[in-house]
Amino acid sequence: MTDHAIDVRGLNKSFGGRPVVRDVSIRVAKGRICGFLGPNGSGKTTTIRLLCGLLTPDSGSGTCLGLDIVRDAPAIKRQVGYMTQKFSLYEDLSIRENLDFVARMYGMANRRAVVEEALERLGLATRQRQLAGALSGGWKQRLALAACILHRPRLLLLDEPTAGVDPKARREFWEEIHRLAADGLTVLVSTHYMDEAERCHAIAYIAYGRLLAEGTVESVIGTSGLVTRRAATAEPDALAARLEGLPGLEMVVRFGGALHVSGHDAAAMDASLAPFRGDPAIRWSEVEPGLEDVFIALMAQAQDPLQ
Amino acid sequence: MRAVLSVRRFWAILVKEFVQMRRDRLTFAMMVGVPVLQLLLFGYAINADPKSLPTALVMGEASPFARAFLAGIGNSGYFRLVGGPVDEALADAMLVRGEVQFVVTVPSDFSRRIARGEHPALLVEADATDPAATSNALAALSRIAETAAVRDLGGVLAGQAARPPPFEVRIHRRYNPEGVTAYNVVPGLMGTILTMTMVIMTSLGMTRERERGTMENLLAMPVRPAEVMLGKIVPYILVGYIQVAVILLAARFLFGVPMLGSLWLLSLVLVAFIAANLSIGFTFSTVAANQLQAMQMAFFFFLPSILLSGFMFPYRGMPDWAQVLGEILPLTHFLRIVRGILLKGSGWAEIAPELWPLLAFLAVAMAVALLRYRRTLD
Repeated sequence: MTDHAIDVRGLNKSFGGRPVVRDVSIRVAKGRICGFLGPNGSGKTTTIRLLCGLLTPDSGSGTCLGLDIVRDAPAIKRQVGYMTQKFSLYEDLSIRENLDFVARMYGMANRRAVVEEALERLGLATRQRQLAGALSGGWKQRLALAACILHRPRLLLLDEPTAGVDPKARREFWEEIHRLAADGLTVLVSTHYMDEAERCHAIAYIAYGRLLAEGTVESVIGTSGLVTRRAATAEPDALAARLEGLPGLEMVVRFGGALHVSGHDAAAMDASLAPFRGDPAIRWSEVEPGLEDVFIALMAQAQDPLQ
Repeated sequence: MRAVLSVRRFWAILVKEFVQMRRDRLTFAMMVGVPVLQLLLFGYAINADPKSLPTALVMGEASPFARAFLAGIGNSGYFRLVGGPVDEALADAMLVRGEVQFVVTVPSDFSRRIARGEHPALLVEADATDPAATSNALAALSRIAETAAVRDLGGVLAGQAARPPPFEVRIHRRYNPEGVTAYNVVPGLMGTILTMTMVIMTSLGMTRERERGTMENLLAMPVRPAEVMLGKIVPYILVGYIQVAVILLAARFLFGVPMLGSLWLLSLVLVAFIAANLSIGFTFSTVAANQLQAMQMAFFFFLPSILLSGFMFPYRGMPDWAQVLGEILPLTHFLRIVRGILLKGSGWAEIAPELWPLLAFLAVAMAVALLRYRRTLD
């Protein structure tokens, strides 16, 4: 047994000749929360489906919870909780009926108690007779989480679980995720939210089917080599228009009353910015590049092989 | 003044509809395929005036007259003699099993009694479970008898040619003596209704899971294809039984359909028949991309079932190719079984030849459904 809940190497998957996942290797240590990030259509969902046995990789190998992802797919399904991107429980069943169904599918011995506990844990008890289809996004998400932890999995694969969920529900969701991780569960969670990425122990960034960065948030930012300068000004739009396209300035991003200017080549960037340094209307400062800047820079560097 | 109808907007909708129609190839194929199928079936396969109906012969005597009568029968086009003469018991069994539509019996002292002027009877028994299948043939009988009489008795009774023949043709409409159409249609309806509802209900089964996205969750759980299939099929077997109960009650109390055979036997056969339809529906649902396509496939299966099974039109009126197609369909065999059990009092022995094709269909449909079921999203 390895110390990794997920340990896969060189995964490849294509649909109809179009490669969707290319040579992806991921390792997630046990009991950790790993954020899985990347633009839309980058292969996150496909990678997650490969991990839980819903798809068979064209090539590549590895283990999930020590089980071979190809050979032991049925065994993996028993120990993995997979929360789909789109709500995939039965809308014409009530909350309790849905959970009951899932408990039966996994052959839970003490079904009633398990369902009862899940209802309590996620605060669904008072709504247990409501039809799942009548629930709002936040409650659907809770139900989906309750359903995928019902069989006490050792690994959770969550595919954009918080898309379209309000901030309060999102926060509560993450608190639950951290409680689960504290109990020893490993979590791989895909998301587009940077604040969520920062809540993870580690992140993996994928674009065009390729894994581009991996590690803690700090190390990903640190190894990106990106340098960012902040310009606080009353007229950021006018300044942005003048800055854009200057040598060394790879990104100019507006943040309310300020601009974040980033690039990999600090010298070239500072040379380009020098004429603006003297402008009293602009207050310059050095800031740590944000995760978002790093990702956008990564994506810009990565070539879409289809274009 | 504002225009009631904007041509541009109308055109936008129209163009969009055509684009969507082009995307859904199957629907488009169905819109073209169904009329073609209907044309071919209605045009070529259906014939309300069946000819060459299999006829068994019980020859009490081989007199020239009897031979002439049999020749006349053969020439009429309506009757086709099956094999040589058989004894009464075998002829009766053939009629029950539906192997022959008619049994013609020439009594042993037939010519002697004609000679004596006793006006003897030739017996023609018809399987009248489907009155439509036999009416024209029976109507042709008396004409045949007259011609035969003229030709063979010509020497003796030359002067009496214009008179009625010196014997009578006695017709027994077995199993449905009054020729009540409902006796044939109501039991048949049981099979037709089951085919329609069972195939449609299950064909929507997997497609609904796929369309609503619940399929992904189902696949992520440790469940085997056979478990999904059986779990989805069995509830509808119960629904099927409720339908059968309703139809049987109506048959008994509204239409007075005779129920000679064992209803237990019928309910056993029903399991196989319902399961066969459910499996075909399940197969459709593993193929169809959405519920609309599944419905169309179900319809595509239902149409030949109704037309080629002998439910609407006499089976034996169809050309050979259509009969071959009909033999494949479960409804064809079920109709013969249900009519046999209810109207003829058939037992195990009589329905066995129809039961095994039904079971074979069931086995193949189940195997295909299981093979088509994917355990992954690949």
